[in-house]
Amino acid sequence: MTLPPWLDDFLWTYQNVVHSLGINGLLALSMYVVLAVGQLSLGQAAFMGLGAYSSALMSLKLGWPFWLVLPASMVLPVAFALAIGVPTLRLAGVYLAIATIGLGEVLRAVYLNVDYVGGALGLSGIPERAETWMIYVLLLVAIAVLWLVGRSRIGRAMEAMREDETAAAVMGVPVRRYRMGALLASAVLAGVAGALSAHSSHFIGPNDFGFEPAVTILSFALLGGVGTPLAPVLGAALLTVLPELLRSLSDLRLVINGLIIVAAVLFLPNGLLAWRMRRRAA
Amino acid sequence: MTPLLRTRGLTRHYSGVVAVDGVDLDVAAGSIHAVIGPNGAGKTTLFNLLSGLVRPNAGTILFDGADITTLPPDRRARLGIARTFQNIRIFGAMTVLENVLTGLCATGRSGLAGTVLRLGRFRREERDAVARARDALALVGLSDKAEWRAAALSYGDQRRLEIARAAAAGPKLMLVDEPAAGMNPAETDGLVHLMQRLNALGITILLVEHDMGLVMGIAHNITVLNFGRRIFGGSPDAVRQDPGVIEAYLGHKVAARLAAARV
Repeated sequence: MTLPPWLDDFLWTYQNVVHSLGINGLLALSMYVVLAVGQLSLGQAAFMGLGAYSSALMSLKLGWPFWLVLPASMVLPVAFALAIGVPTLRLAGVYLAIATIGLGEVLRAVYLNVDYVGGALGLSGIPERAETWMIYVLLLVAIAVLWLVGRSRIGRAMEAMREDETAAAVMGVPVRRYRMGALLASAVLAGVAGALSAHSSHFIGPNDFGFEPAVTILSFALLGGVGTPLAPVLGAALLTVLPELLRSLSDLRLVINGLIIVAAVLFLPNGLLAWRMRRRAA
Repeated sequence: MTPLLRTRGLTRHYSGVVAVDGVDLDVAAGSIHAVIGPNGAGKTTLFNLLSGLVRPNAGTILFDGADITTLPPDRRARLGIARTFQNIRIFGAMTVLENVLTGLCATGRSGLAGTVLRLGRFRREERDAVARARDALALVGLSDKAEWRAAALSYGDQRRLEIARAAAAGPKLMLVDEPAAGMNPAETDGLVHLMQRLNALGITILLVEHDMGLVMGIAHNITVLNFGRRIFGGSPDAVRQDPGVIEAYLGHKVAARLAAARV
């Protein structure tokens, strides 16, 4: 594939940002699917970490090819989502959020203390296998699937759950199955994003997937909104590019990020992209 | 004939307070059955037990010949139990039509793959669902507001939307919780007609209502609850005559005076 020289130059210079934009878009969607059924999970960074670490080990220690590593990176996040979801999703409320915060911290401690996964030094020398086109094809597929699901019976049931879970259940929406399905989809998206991230940055460490990135991923969806799958991706794009533009302000970047989140919650409760999709296919 | 809905010894207490106490209820298929009783008699708890939002501490619920005592709400909906809520619970951000479509979400069979790939069956099901939802809206007279945001509807229209949403899937039994609350007399009349039409379509209706005029005019059978107990069951005429019911509503002094006056 030949690109025009200016685009080639651009991608070369800003490859990090371009990759982050796509990967953060996937993470924003991973947050979106959970919020779309009215649940709150703070485990997206933990699922991402599981995808990143397991995929990095598959590449480094097992020497698997990337086409095998990428789908295999979903296995551990899905397994942990099941383990967390089965007991907590029976209950309504904040149990999922609390359990997923716990998951992130427990995993961080494991990464720090187990030498096989690099300990405090993390894993370095991960082959750079994540191509720009791969990231963006996966992002577009994810947006398309979520869009098509949104404009269907399933999407209506999801929005009904978000608005009033009791009423939705009485209408016949199998709320527990939908909660679980959303959490698993979220784990798949975050796991893939983790694998892509690990294979585009050479290095991963235990602190890359702690509480702070979890909150950042949540803020993608808070800023963008959850009316359509495009909204959180837009939020992710803004919160990825903005810190780069504000690079000269160095330490103030986090402050400004925080202010943006507070302002979004106060003044844009439905996010920047507040419009919702028609929940009908016909 | 076995009733469509039968409860035996249905009991639910909340930390010492018995909200529903050993209630036996038989609702005949095809009937309009009203549950009345003073405030706090346990009517809404009874509805929550029947629709599966609350589990009973004791007793059984048989619906259409099957024991549904431990089934979750969505399974009961799939068996044909629909309900409306005392404090209207529509999905405010969705359109009127989408609200009714949500009431039909149990009728679709398409899975995730069929949905994403827009297979023939998915498209057929969506078309059918929209047609049925429009029928339900026509039935309650909301056709011209199908694309409105549900929260923008007037109070009376929201009630009718909730009834359309519950009726859309053609349930066997519809639990209607205080439909006339906050309605003016004209709107209440409209509701009576609507419920009679739903009943004529073959939907059995179990009704909780405070408006005695409405209940006496529409119900075939009445069950009276007081302090969670079933104190009487029978026809509207029989209920009107029963001294126990009069006492529950008006207190024993008035009941005694009425009884004395009647003799």
